[in-house]
Amino acid sequence: MNKRIGYGVALALAIAAPFVAYPVFLMKVLCFALFACAFNLLIGFTGLLSFGHAAFFGGAGYLCGYVLQTLGMPFEIGILAGTGFAAAVGLVMGLLAIRRQGIYFTMITLALAQMLYFVFLQAPFTHGEDGLQGVRRGTLLGMVDLHNDLALYYVVLAICVGGFALIMRTIHSPFGQVLKAVKENEPRAVSLGYDTDRYKLLAFVLSAALSGLAGALKVEVLGFETLTDVHWAMSGLVVLMTLVGGLGTLSGPIVGALLIVSLENKLGELGRWLAHASGVDWFNQLGQSVTIATGFIFIVCVLAFRRGIVGEMVVLAKRRK
Amino acid sequence: MGQLLLGLVNGSFYAMLSLGLAVIFGLLNVINFAHGTLYMMGAFLAWMGLQYFGINYWFMLLLAPLLVGIFGILIERSMLRWLYKLDHLYGLLLTFGVTLLVEGLFRSFYGVSGQPYSVPAALAGATNLGFMYLPNYRGWVVLASLAVCLATWFVIEKTKLGAYLRAGTENPKLVEAFGINVPLMVTLTYGFGVALAAFAGVLAAPIIQVSPLMGSHLIITVFAVVVIGGMGSIMGSIVTGLGLGVIEGLTRVFYPEASATVVFVIMAIVLMIRPAGLFGREK
Repeated sequence: MNKRIGYGVALALAIAAPFVAYPVFLMKVLCFALFACAFNLLIGFTGLLSFGHAAFFGGAGYLCGYVLQTLGMPFEIGILAGTGFAAAVGLVMGLLAIRRQGIYFTMITLALAQMLYFVFLQAPFTHGEDGLQGVRRGTLLGMVDLHNDLALYYVVLAICVGGFALIMRTIHSPFGQVLKAVKENEPRAVSLGYDTDRYKLLAFVLSAALSGLAGALKVEVLGFETLTDVHWAMSGLVVLMTLVGGLGTLSGPIVGALLIVSLENKLGELGRWLAHASGVDWFNQLGQSVTIATGFIFIVCVLAFRRGIVGEMVVLAKRRK
Repeated sequence: MGQLLLGLVNGSFYAMLSLGLAVIFGLLNVINFAHGTLYMMGAFLAWMGLQYFGINYWFMLLLAPLLVGIFGILIERSMLRWLYKLDHLYGLLLTFGVTLLVEGLFRSFYGVSGQPYSVPAALAGATNLGFMYLPNYRGWVVLASLAVCLATWFVIEKTKLGAYLRAGTENPKLVEAFGINVPLMVTLTYGFGVALAAFAGVLAAPIIQVSPLMGSHLIITVFAVVVIGGMGSIMGSIVTGLGLGVIEGLTRVFYPEASATVVFVIMAIVLMIRPAGLFGREK
């Protein structure tokens, strides 16, 4: 019951938010939140650490941008094309990666994503270092003009809520229970007669497709796509969002995404404030070096804060009872 | 022919880095993502030594691995050791954080453009081998890294110290019961593996421009090398590293567009045919 109220409040906040904050920023947060939730489906509920999710996020972004801009297709086709592309890449990558376990799985996903990065770097349609610029937003079903930020915000919100609902449904379904069994003890799941490779592959493809959906939406929102989104640092960023929010919690990745995207936006201001407070001139450049801050947060989280924000809150709530 | 040699040079870097990764993983169960960054630090230290203190190449070839080794030992003592009892993935995430932090710091001070480092005078020029001109420095890099790799193999496979190390990989508790200081051994192993990366970095400094990004470019390829070779065998790492370097060099001659991706394609093929890797053991 409490949970339902929580979700209701969160949804109401999300609906009211664009009247308080800048809608494009909020949409960016939503895209990353969906991305992080999709990623969390693997790490948090199946126990697979993928370091190649940038390939799905950025790959879908490129394809969606290409379909919208060069082919001049409508909004819906672009989103579907991006998601479909990510699912297909996920299928191939998943088939290869689940042949090895544990840390090897991570290295394989990282390497395959890097391969895709080089492909995107060299392929002519991505325009190399320049990226895709000026992707037009178009209309929803030929009726709603998406150039209006507010209209687009509600479309993105609806799609993202749909994505979250799908993830939640998956986790609580019998399929999700099998995934949990794989995470806890894979040999036992095998001995109980489950074909764990098939379950892992399906979870991987689902996660890839939803990451692709998030990437395609992000292009639609921001109107450009660059190599940053397929770079390994993006794969690391989504790990960080999930880790900060709480691995294996339902709402953790959303909190993490909100926090990290805000931090990226505000880091320059924070740096100037630190420079002012400490008198160290170097902090003034902090805004340009997001990697330093993310690296630092990574180290702190892994050493002292492994449960993440939501994870810690859950533990606190349990202790009180 | 020149490309083949360049491939061999790259291959020796792959070999040294994957060797270090394998040794560290064997004993610590940690995949050291920071390996590429420490390689970059080695190259940067060589450059800084010459730029600020006028220390020459030969001296830095010893000093840089030593300094980076100490840095590695500090990382191991202060952070990594708290994670041994947890899932492997936390070690990877921690070293990933270290990578971002160190690389970001170097970038904020030196930018992303490369710093030139000239070849030491004794190795400048080229030798005519009759069928080709061999740039002396490249020949030296291949020989020096082969020597270091073989020495490492010898120590681990043939000496008593290596026997302790291998025993520690198999069963650390039992080895500790025999009165051997395993935590110390773990720390020193990490320091050694990391120093190997820095040594490769100093060797690389005169060939490629010294830049903060040089490490992360390399480390992902090295991961693919490790997946192809499997981390079970020392010799396997060396052979796979060199072999893939040569294949990459050949690809650059015949089909240059694919030279960046060929290692990953080979990885995919190996995974389909022999999932455990060429020299790996299925566990």
